[in-house]
Amino acid sequence: MTPRARQTLMLVAGAGLLAFFVWGAVGLPDFGHYRGPYGLVINHVAGSERQVTNAVASLVFDYRGYDTLGEELILFVSVVGVATLLRETRGEELPAGRDDATEVPDTSDALRVFGVVVVGVTLLIGLYIVAHGNLTPGGGFQGGVILGSAVLLVYLTGELVMVRWVEPGTLLEILHSAGAAGLVLLGLGGLIAGGAFFHNFLYTGTEGGINSGGIIELGNATVGLEVMGATILMASELLEQLLVVRRGSPA
Amino acid sequence: MSVYPYIVAGWIMVVGFFGIARSRNLVHLILCVSVVQSATYVLLLAIGFRDHATAPIFQGVAPTARAVDPVVQSLTLTDVVVEATVVALLLALAVDAVKRFGTLDPQDLRALKG
Amino acid sequence: MAVAPLAIVVPILAACLLIAGGKHVPRRLADLVALGAAAATAVLCAILLGRVWHGHLEVYWFGGWHPRPHGIALGIDLAVEPIGAGAATLAAVLMTAALLYSQRYFEAVAPFFHGLMLVFLAGMVGFALSGDLFNMFVFFELMSVPAYALTGYKVEERGPLQGALGFAITNSLGAFLTLSGIALLYGPTGALNLAQIGASLAGHHPDALVIVAFVLVITGFLVKAAAVPFHFWLADAHATAPVPVCVLFSGIMVQLGLLGVARVYWTVFSGQPALHAPALVHTLLALGVVTALVGGVMAFLERHLKRLLAFSTISHTGMFLAGIALLHAHGTAGVALFVAAHGLTKGALFMVIGITSHRLGSVDEVELHGRGRGLWATGSLFIVGALALASLPPFGAFAGKSLIEEAASGRGFHWIAPVFVLGSALAAGAILRAGLGIFLGLGEARPPAMEQEAEAETETPETKGSVSRTPAVMLVPATLLLAGGLALGLIPHIDAAFERAAVRFQDRAAYAAQVLHGHATALPSAHVTSGPATSSYLYGAAAVIGAVAFALAALYLPRVRGRVTVLSRAGTGAARLMRAWHSGHIGDYATWLAVGVVILGWSLGAAIP
Repeated sequence: MTPRARQTLMLVAGAGLLAFFVWGAVGLPDFGHYRGPYGLVINHVAGSERQVTNAVASLVFDYRGYDTLGEELILFVSVVGVATLLRETRGEELPAGRDDATEVPDTSDALRVFGVVVVGVTLLIGLYIVAHGNLTPGGGFQGGVILGSAVLLVYLTGELVMVRWVEPGTLLEILHSAGAAGLVLLGLGGLIAGGAFFHNFLYTGTEGGINSGGIIELGNATVGLEVMGATILMASELLEQLLVVRRGSPA
Repeated sequence: MSVYPYIVAGWIMVVGFFGIARSRNLVHLILCVSVVQSATYVLLLAIGFRDHATAPIFQGVAPTARAVDPVVQSLTLTDVVVEATVVALLLALAVDAVKRFGTLDPQDLRALKG
Repeated sequence: MAVAPLAIVVPILAACLLIAGGKHVPRRLADLVALGAAAATAVLCAILLGRVWHGHLEVYWFGGWHPRPHGIALGIDLAVEPIGAGAATLAAVLMTAALLYSQRYFEAVAPFFHGLMLVFLAGMVGFALSGDLFNMFVFFELMSVPAYALTGYKVEERGPLQGALGFAITNSLGAFLTLSGIALLYGPTGALNLAQIGASLAGHHPDALVIVAFVLVITGFLVKAAAVPFHFWLADAHATAPVPVCVLFSGIMVQLGLLGVARVYWTVFSGQPALHAPALVHTLLALGVVTALVGGVMAFLERHLKRLLAFSTISHTGMFLAGIALLHAHGTAGVALFVAAHGLTKGALFMVIGITSHRLGSVDEVELHGRGRGLWATGSLFIVGALALASLPPFGAFAGKSLIEEAASGRGFHWIAPVFVLGSALAAGAILRAGLGIFLGLGEARPPAMEQEAEAETETPETKGSVSRTPAVMLVPATLLLAGGLALGLIPHIDAAFERAAVRFQDRAAYAAQVLHGHATALPSAHVTSGPATSSYLYGAAAVIGAVAFALAALYLPRVRGRVTVLSRAGTGAARLMRAWHSGHIGDYATWLAVGVVILGWSLGAAIP
């Protein structure tokens, strides 16, 4: 289709789609009047049944833990997909050592000091959020991204080659896979302990305590590990392309 | 207005679709896909909202307190991180496209026709 | 009873191991581990199928979270019934065959190929068995993402990238529309469990929300199923994905989209009066018929063998969709049987194309003309497969189709059967034309309706050049798959088994009672057919004769060209228009997606009382 035809058609179709959607959305309960029952029941029972104060966490890692397993695997396989798609092919090579990093802009000392401080703080915050996911807003997904970004800060405030050091070596791939497998194993643990898959077989502690929730906190930890690994792997795969493309281009 | 947030969600989605149809750059196109995705988040979270309610965190709060729906929040939170990685996958395809086609313009991806 | 989650967990753990090992795992070991995991999954799924064979439903609650009183489900369940279990088994069987095949098909394989394939399998099995709507969405995505990566697998070529991008973007957009529909359902019902939403909707007053939600939810599944006008991505993806991956795409992945549509309809919407049955039947029937014909015609216009098979899959999707649209147990049973036979047969056909590419170095029908004369084993598989797909009695595809035809005439749609004949004849005729041309050297190399445009990308074979013998590990899976597809029609009382499965599949009340309250209901007596009617045999024969006629006409037509110039000119004009629409441009595909939703939506919405 010509661009003009496509635009016109999409304009018409888009208007039709919006109208159709609104026609249906009018039948939804008014904004602010959610009437449950799913959410209301969970709010009532999450604390007493699982001794966690974060109802969302109880859903993510316990009641609907199987969904989280699926989502985590999507994340896992996306990163694997990125690695597959960006793998080294014939005619490409990555710079081997420090002296090949010719295109790195110089960073100032102030920036590097700032970086050291900020990276440390970010790591701490990330770990805190992962660990307290069962009590306050947060958890493995959010904390994992923060931890991953701490490593990316190294790139921003330091030298490009620093990221090569954290390159998807075997260690990182193992960690990443361990995180994914970890959640599966937690689920299996429930199975082996005589209940159903994802049965919360660990002692759930007292409500409000740091080690409450049984598998919920372990779930947070493994997911945090996995998301952190995924973020770093993804970013470094894409960053490597920066090096590859630059090397390939006539300079 | 009680249906306004839902209309906003629908609008965002349609805007994303329109962006995809008009796009001349693969990276822009992929980000429009993520715009469509964010429309679903707005819709989900709007549906779970309750007037004069607090977050579904019961630290020091009785479980009978009025709180918003945690279910849609759990759906959204896992989805956000996951779709970020799917966007990364698409961007990897875009990077490969630059390498093979030399361009990011969807019109110029002409290896497949008919 | 923990078999069901194991069927999903086994491939996942194997995938994690293989991916963790990455480049350090030797090829042979990876092949073995992957094959073992897929075979184990097939066994587990077969066990599940065996348990529910007589029309039972087995429910498994994750975390042990059984529903609360009043049927409020807090956890996620797997609801295993015969059709879902059958689909899962088919997926695992095809995956095992494909992994066996790829042992020789790929000279060298990227480190994550096996892992991606196993996660793909886990996604498909999880989708087929799920009993929760959001969980279906999650596993829908889980089976899509590895598929995107596997399509773009041959990163050194341009075609795969375009194919993967189109696939990824259209399917993702479809998935987001489905998610919007799920959200719309969640609003008034406050539930994500299929049975619970269904129970809640049954008491819901008929309004626009139900229609909009239905259309949005099935859109994503229809995109996956490649119904027109959501189908553009399929041919591109098949053209560029490696052959073992295509086996799964056409064999089961596309059909799982249809399973999604049917499952959601029967468990969630069938009790709701707003989904006015006649309007629904007519709309989906029309969609199916258009898809069947468009797929058939486009298949006939293709010379790239994989795209040809892809369009034939689209044509079959149309027939499956029409069968489901009849909302009748015979129709659903026929579709399930047809899907099973088609999956196995199509898988075998793709493997043959892979063997041909391996031995002769091309997938272009014109280039290969006559060169396949020595490959008698491969060639006979191809030709028999094509005839089977044309519903050669009494084999599998025929048995399925005859059930659908029976349902159609039972509902008064007597025109469906002839339309199916035309669709099958076109689609199978195209495959037959290719087979006769390549393996027997019949007719001329340049059939008229094809454009002479040079293919912008000649597919570089995934394996080394010509080899003197076809490896057994490639031929054996193809033979076994084809044998399975044929044999399905020969098993005694097979149609009765599928009928029971369909009756169970369509019973919303019993499903809800068992999932939410634990009361297992006995299967109501099914109206068992007495075997295919005579008219079905006639239609089957007509389809086969039609396919042969189309094939031979295409091969020999240039000799009578003079007499049919007018027809052929109009034909080529129309053909050119249709091919132009399949432009490969992502913006076009997205536009057609939006147009499709609007058409589907308003045709169903216009029927609301």
